[in-house]
Amino acid sequence: MKTDQDLAPKQPTPPSRKRNSLAKGKLPKWAIPATAAGSIILGAAASTLGGFAIATFAIYSALLFVIAATIITSLVEGNRRGKNALATYLVYGAFLLALIPLASVLYTVLQKGIPGINMHFLTSSMNGVTGAVDNATVENGTPVIGGAYHAVMGTLLITLWATLISVPVGMLTAIYLVEYGKGGPLSKAITFFVDVMTGIPSIVAGLFAAAFFGLLLGPNSRMGIVAAVALSVLMIPTVVRSTEEMLKIVPNELREASYALGVRRWRTILKVVIPTAISGIASGVTLAIARVIGETAPILVTAGIASNINLNVFADWMSTLPTFIYYQILTPTSPTNIDPSLQRAWAAALLLIVMVMALNLIARLVAKIFAPKNGR
Amino acid sequence: MTSTAVKSRAAASGRAGDKIFSGAALGAGVLILITLFAVALFLLIQALPTFSADPAEITGGEGFFAYIFPIIIGTVIAAAIALVIATPIGIGVALFISHFAPRQIAGPLGYVIDLLAAIPSVIYGAWGYMVLAPALVPGYEWLSQNLGFIPIFEGPASQTGKTILTASIVLAVMVLPIITSLSREIFLQTPKLHEEAALALGATRWEMITTAVLPFARPGIISAVMLGLGRALGETMAVALVLSTGGLIPSLIKTGNQTIAAEIALNFPEAFGLRLAELIAAGLVLFLITLVVNMIARAIIARHKEFSGAN
Repeated sequence: MKTDQDLAPKQPTPPSRKRNSLAKGKLPKWAIPATAAGSIILGAAASTLGGFAIATFAIYSALLFVIAATIITSLVEGNRRGKNALATYLVYGAFLLALIPLASVLYTVLQKGIPGINMHFLTSSMNGVTGAVDNATVENGTPVIGGAYHAVMGTLLITLWATLISVPVGMLTAIYLVEYGKGGPLSKAITFFVDVMTGIPSIVAGLFAAAFFGLLLGPNSRMGIVAAVALSVLMIPTVVRSTEEMLKIVPNELREASYALGVRRWRTILKVVIPTAISGIASGVTLAIARVIGETAPILVTAGIASNINLNVFADWMSTLPTFIYYQILTPTSPTNIDPSLQRAWAAALLLIVMVMALNLIARLVAKIFAPKNGR
Repeated sequence: MTSTAVKSRAAASGRAGDKIFSGAALGAGVLILITLFAVALFLLIQALPTFSADPAEITGGEGFFAYIFPIIIGTVIAAAIALVIATPIGIGVALFISHFAPRQIAGPLGYVIDLLAAIPSVIYGAWGYMVLAPALVPGYEWLSQNLGFIPIFEGPASQTGKTILTASIVLAVMVLPIITSLSREIFLQTPKLHEEAALALGATRWEMITTAVLPFARPGIISAVMLGLGRALGETMAVALVLSTGGLIPSLIKTGNQTIAAEIALNFPEAFGLRLAELIAAGLVLFLITLVVNMIARAIIARHKEFSGAN
């Protein structure tokens, strides 16, 4: 909607000017682009004084433009319009500022990750890859040895188990809240604590699982299933919330029609309510998976790290992609030649981002494709 | 005869099915409550040795409080700076998407900002470690040379850029999408009539926002910021990778300071015995802090639910 139509007080102008009377007291169209061009030139000049850098150039130009454009607007169109212009530039600036880290992260991951992606990286583990191997790689200039296969498998297995735990619990809870609880004190308490659970720091969830299994199986019992439990603590609230939202929008007429045909409540829920809402539930679950697949901290304290392939979640330490990235960066395999480790870390980061983005995309597609066809 | 038997058996199985199903649903709900209390309980049990131990045996040698206090302050500092950076930008972005951007592109732009939330935290940590920290070194040097008389910018600046300010900036990037998406939802729910009334009285777009949109959205913004605070307090990887840790110091641009979450992540893999209990106790403290913050945020949302719909 056009909000800043001509509202400024009309001022008498000399009759010789040929501008439309409605445009009186308004900046001509070229004024703002001209200010922008001027600020860019002055900003470039100012930043050159102290050694040219993109950052100072952008900061100086932006500051100059905002100040100059605000002053010009204030002088010609009045103070209120000046304030409006300032706010508009700041809001646009905030958006552009927010895009910088996104662009920088994606660019960095692509630029540093693509060289490391190859069949060897995807199909081999870090078993037997030591500092000496990396040193030899750097000295001889041969391709980097060692890959993330074990971490990919660890990520997939732990996430799979977390999903297997969270989806039934989360969906049943949502069903209780929507179909059975109906705003009673218990369902109110559950809703509140599910919200609170959303805010549990991921490392605390990891500590909980570690403490729980530590009491059960003795201290330092780290394995895939412990990590899966930790991730479930993070995943369940997300599943509950999205399923609940979806069940709530299933029209009551469908339930009543089913009851009227003499169908029992549980069959109504299983055969009528859930199939109607399944697209939304599926996309919610996919988003929940995307959220936990990139978690690092809980894995760190529950599954440890491994350099070999371990496909059994019920025994021994496991690596996942996030912990693989973390350790390759923080404690490079060869402390003197860190480049091979960094290359593996960024390749793994690219792999992880591709997985997360794919899951997000799948969630959107699922929601679109399987959305109930609305006949009305 | 047989038909009635079949019928009654079917009815019985139906009744049983109903019971099993509602029981399972109830059980799942109760399980969630139990889990949350179990989190607190198991952390407490595992942390107990810390509180009964000889103070000299605790890391630092002066008891648990002396150990945990500096890293609580470090956590609060990091989260506070992150919010100071992320709140204005987040609200600005939300306003941009809800009221400034052209209608056709506002939706896709919202998705783009949501992508920020999809990037795993370890990748932010790696980015902060490899890209952001080196890029900020000249800025820190400038700050220490020109504003060094202020204690928080006291030099000499870190030569690697791995300081608490860098960690806070990474945290700010991570909480930005939370603040943005929640504020955006609330801005979009501002009654159209209020906005149109303001415009009809001759308000500029900015005056319309300050008189109609922001007062309506204030509780929602507060709770969005509180939820962002909860996230910033508990975020681990960004700090663990970006910050080169040390004792509590006022300067934000020198090596030093530590947060609870990073302390746990960095030390837990090698910890055993009392050290393990200590770290779990630290986790318990973090849990309680974020629990309080989140409960306050949820209470604010719940109080204003009926007219803001922010949930």
